[in-house]
Amino acid sequence: MKSSLVLLGAAVALAACAPSPPRNTGVYLLVDTSGSYNRQVKKAEQITLFALTRLQSSDSIAVARIDGGSFTERDIIAKATFDDRPSTANQQKRAFASHVEKFIDDSPSAAYTDITGGLLQAIEFLNEKHTARKEILILSDMKEELAKGYVRDVPLDLRGFEVVALNVTKLRTDNFDPRQYLARLDEWRTRVEKGGGHWRVINDLDRLDGLL
Amino acid sequence: MSMTSLLSFTPWPAVSAAILLVLLVAALYFARDTAHQAIQAAASALAHGLRVASHSVMHAQQRLAARNREVLLAAGREAKERVVEREFTRVGDTVRKDLSAYPDLHRRLSESIQRIEDDQQRAVEVPPEVPGWAEAVKVVAELDARNAGAEILADIHKSMVKAHAEAMDDYRKASAERHTLLRRMMPDWRLIQETLGRVNRSVETVIGRAQAIDRHMQEYEAIVRGEDRAVSVLSSSSIVYFFVSALVLAVATAGTAVNFTLIARPMAEMVGGTNYIGSYRTADIAALVIIMVEISMGLFLMESLRITRLFPVIGALSDKMRVRMMITTFMILLLMASIEAGLAYMREVLLLDEMATNALLRGDPSGSMVNAHLWITTAAQMGMGFVLPFALVFVAIPLETFVHSLRTVVGLAGIALLQSLALLLRLLGNASRHLGGIARRLYDLPLFVPLWIETRMREAASAAAGAGGSVAQDSWKEAHT
Repeated sequence: MKSSLVLLGAAVALAACAPSPPRNTGVYLLVDTSGSYNRQVKKAEQITLFALTRLQSSDSIAVARIDGGSFTERDIIAKATFDDRPSTANQQKRAFASHVEKFIDDSPSAAYTDITGGLLQAIEFLNEKHTARKEILILSDMKEELAKGYVRDVPLDLRGFEVVALNVTKLRTDNFDPRQYLARLDEWRTRVEKGGGHWRVINDLDRLDGLL
Repeated sequence: MSMTSLLSFTPWPAVSAAILLVLLVAALYFARDTAHQAIQAAASALAHGLRVASHSVMHAQQRLAARNREVLLAAGREAKERVVEREFTRVGDTVRKDLSAYPDLHRRLSESIQRIEDDQQRAVEVPPEVPGWAEAVKVVAELDARNAGAEILADIHKSMVKAHAEAMDDYRKASAERHTLLRRMMPDWRLIQETLGRVNRSVETVIGRAQAIDRHMQEYEAIVRGEDRAVSVLSSSSIVYFFVSALVLAVATAGTAVNFTLIARPMAEMVGGTNYIGSYRTADIAALVIIMVEISMGLFLMESLRITRLFPVIGALSDKMRVRMMITTFMILLLMASIEAGLAYMREVLLLDEMATNALLRGDPSGSMVNAHLWITTAAQMGMGFVLPFALVFVAIPLETFVHSLRTVVGLAGIALLQSLALLLRLLGNASRHLGGIARRLYDLPLFVPLWIETRMREAASAAAGAGGSVAQDSWKEAHT
């Protein structure tokens, strides 16, 4: 009886000491800087600030631009993993906000839109962070335009990811034929869901409450 | 086998059904006695089993009641011993404080009385002595005046007037002296009166305590004798103590929650805000541990002061060791309270920082403005952080009462539960017996035709035998029972 109790106590102690599963959140915001969407880039600051208010210690965030070739670390504008201590995390948030603000003011326009490359970069970044919840936010019109020579016909492994398309604006051609807009969204939804991810579209940026 | 095939052994299903019914009734009729016995046996077995179970539960309930009574009496005896011990301590204190000075008091009283007696003796009025030559004056006065006695008389008169004046002067002096002596007695009288009043009060206190001890001793004797009245009083007291202490503990729990809120956030700065032990944040656990340590220190402090008696080991320590423990626990408490006050201040600072950051992120410039009177809430939080650990020290008292009364209340609840269970089992036993009777009647219901025929045949047979209809009636009675 006594030995059983000792064993039980040891088991409880070991269970308590075992590393607990991650509970943090990782957010990767892709901002489309192509010519057709560059006017909307200012909204990236609003989304970034909203995300920063929601994120806590140990959470990770990165903001990257979508340009002609987005599968590169150079397109990451700012990234941070917040410290354990809330006071330090607050300082990091302020610095991050300032960094993003600076980027928005000097954002150059890109000739092409490599959304898939950005997504691949986001997957890589968030997988490295080992976050429990993985959110990829895409601020874009979701029209991919690749430069010659870029191959993006690769499967996306989006298991455990939530991909949210934000402020998906309608192009001029969409106004002529709305089916193009719907087909574009449907194509992305299919790609994301085929990769095991969860797809969502939020066009009204004043109603971001459901996000994060 | 389906119903259709069952009814197809004749070309007419109705006839098949009728034949089957007749066969079934016949089978039931021939198996009637055996079936009745089986039903009776099953119902009796079930009723018996339930009755045995009910008796067993009743026995358990009685054992529990006896055990509860013992626990109650033991707890009451212990509590009464503590009360009597405390009363004796108070009497001892009174005797030590007031009556230990009695020899000195007695000496002072005797001295005062002696002084009063001396002064009184000295204050006795002494009548002036009659001059010794008064008789001579009388003789001279009776002489013939012509023999020049007048001059002698005049001289005597003069001398007498002088002597009278001197005597009166002496008398006045003596009276003044007596009055002085009497006046000097007054403080002694007052002293005696005050001293006796004090003695009277002390004696009355001791008498009051003695009466209280008598009363407690009577109750103690009743508990020792195990009287029902004593058990009843102890039981009701225990329930009252249980609910009162539970209420106080609930208030203390609320205080603990407030305390937790004060220190949980700043603890995240110390141990990290995202570390988890199991499914709980390490910061929350650390805050809770601090509060639990404070409560434990409070318990030890109360034990050291001998206010509570949850840990006999502490109570049995020597006085010197207890005092050391008292000082140590108090110092730890003081340290914890100071830490909590610091953490409460830190909480406010962190809160302001977070509010400023969120305001900045929301683009709200007014959010970072600091209220000029914010120091009031900061000071209040710090004060609460410092005071709450000391307030939680007193949790030990209701906790002890709760623990002691819990045994009795749980015992009483167990007794009530077992009584209800025994009653339920008895009811089920009786119900099963009656269900057996009902089952027999239901069995006989489809057999009313053969039973009626049987009755008629018995009547006829008994009529033929001339033995009256008692047999038939018996059969009907049997069928009914």
